[in-house]
Amino acid sequence: MIDRRRVVYIGVSAIVALLPLFLNAYWVDVLNSIGIYAILALSLNLIVGHAGLFNLGHAAFYAIGAYTAAIINTKFGIPVLWLIPLCAFAAGMFALIVARPIIHLRGDYLCIVTIGVGEIVRIALINNVFGITGGANGIFGIDRPTLFGLTIRSPYQFFYLIWAFAAATVLLFHLLEYSRFGRALNYLREDEVAAEGSGINTSHYKLACFVVGAAWAGMVGNIYAAKMTIISPESFSFWESVLMFVIVILGGSGSIPGMLLGAFLVVGLPEVFREFANARMLVFGAAMVAMMIFRTQGILPHRPRTYDLRGLGDEEGRA
Amino acid sequence: MSLLAVKRLTKNFGGLTAVSNVSFEVESGAIVGLIGPNGAGKTTVFNLITGIYKADQGEIVFNQQPISRLATHRIIALGVARTFQTIRLFQNLSVLENVLSGRHCRMKSGVLSSLLHTPRQRREERAAVATALGELEFIGLREQAIQLAKNLSYGNQRLLEIARALATEPRLLILDEPAGGMNEQETINLVSLIEKIRNRGVTVLLIEHDMSLVMRVCENIVVLEYGSKIAEGRPDEIKRDRRVIEAYLGTEEDE
Repeated sequence: MIDRRRVVYIGVSAIVALLPLFLNAYWVDVLNSIGIYAILALSLNLIVGHAGLFNLGHAAFYAIGAYTAAIINTKFGIPVLWLIPLCAFAAGMFALIVARPIIHLRGDYLCIVTIGVGEIVRIALINNVFGITGGANGIFGIDRPTLFGLTIRSPYQFFYLIWAFAAATVLLFHLLEYSRFGRALNYLREDEVAAEGSGINTSHYKLACFVVGAAWAGMVGNIYAAKMTIISPESFSFWESVLMFVIVILGGSGSIPGMLLGAFLVVGLPEVFREFANARMLVFGAAMVAMMIFRTQGILPHRPRTYDLRGLGDEEGRA
Repeated sequence: MSLLAVKRLTKNFGGLTAVSNVSFEVESGAIVGLIGPNGAGKTTVFNLITGIYKADQGEIVFNQQPISRLATHRIIALGVARTFQTIRLFQNLSVLENVLSGRHCRMKSGVLSSLLHTPRQRREERAAVATALGELEFIGLREQAIQLAKNLSYGNQRLLEIARALATEPRLLILDEPAGGMNEQETINLVSLIEKIRNRGVTVLLIEHDMSLVMRVCENIVVLEYGSKIAEGRPDEIKRDRRVIEAYLGTEEDE
């Protein structure tokens, strides 16, 4: 079972890695967008999918990361990829500060407050808060990223940067899922009172998943800023948060392959059907409605963890 | 020496006094029953002990340490574990993972070691699974380890709650109506399970409506009515206590 899954993962990775050889720059750029949304969805999946906390303001953390990279790079000339840890830290700290007072809210209440946080950040950016965000025009002139002396410029080069980051994210989040931390988030989602009553510090884990998810979105923000070289508040609108949320729900809450497929469908398909631009949103909406009726758990639902129990029963006495 | 001491505990919900000036002690190694008619405040007392509610007045001392102001997960970590009156399992997770939740407070891995699966994290994880399987063996659900909790029978779900509580390595186990919804045979097995738990050195405090079970397993019984303690003593004393009989059967008019 596990081996078959591993084969599928390696096969899909190989196909994705070879795709740029057959595609023109436009389609590679579409794949880059898909990759960025896939990582964002993976980070949001920790919060929404695993811990069951509704967050419709994830674009705020993405924005914090992007603006941290943009401001420090343009002001001090520090290479943009070096700023990845700082972007993660800034977004994570911001999440800690805003989530602390609202984390006890339940379900829809939390959801509404996160929408508010997302909007406050966007509007603060438009209003050129502290005089460093460049207002509605945003920040331009962000350096291209350089890796081992190579400046990453073309969509083809970005493809490998973004998808390598996506692959690392998939691997790390898979490991996280199979851990004390990953399980604690699931207990939280299933029954908060029972989780606390079984000795889990529920408020700590709620905060922790917000911080980790936000830090990851902050790192994606860094790469986005480096890719675009110009960022403005409109790239971090409420619609972005909705898109990420839709990918999580449509792909299958809590499922890593679900996030990847969801990103392909939600970001990739509208590009494929660009000719039918007028009907696009209609089809998209209808697909969402159909999903919610016929397959509420998502296209690739989360699968139960498996544990290697071989030998454990016998070793018990000896260990 | 008492393991748990509840001192002059009072809890109000709006105008309603759910628990009023209740005191009792639980000796280490004992099996103590908390009984009373519906609405007497038994579950409220349990929720106060485990920190789900905060007491308005009074004090709870566990193992010489005041716990009435602590968060629930801290109280669990100190060695108090509980089950719930209405089953509160993690229904969509496996039986094994339900028990692993009890191991959580005895494990240490944080975010970083979980992201990287360090050797220490792997060892800890494997040991936790082994201990959890041991608890499942203890209550007799080892074979169902990989099933989802929601697919267990009602009686087995109650047992799983006990296994989850035991996995926290408690010194005091609080059972809220463990026999609720169990059939005759399951109840008989439960009695021997509770005795086996005590023989492991775990003190047991339980709420139960099945009087035959209470009288059989408990060495000491505390009776609540309308939030107040009306009697306390050995089962044979409680059976003969006038106020207890009145509370359960009502008073006869012409007496």
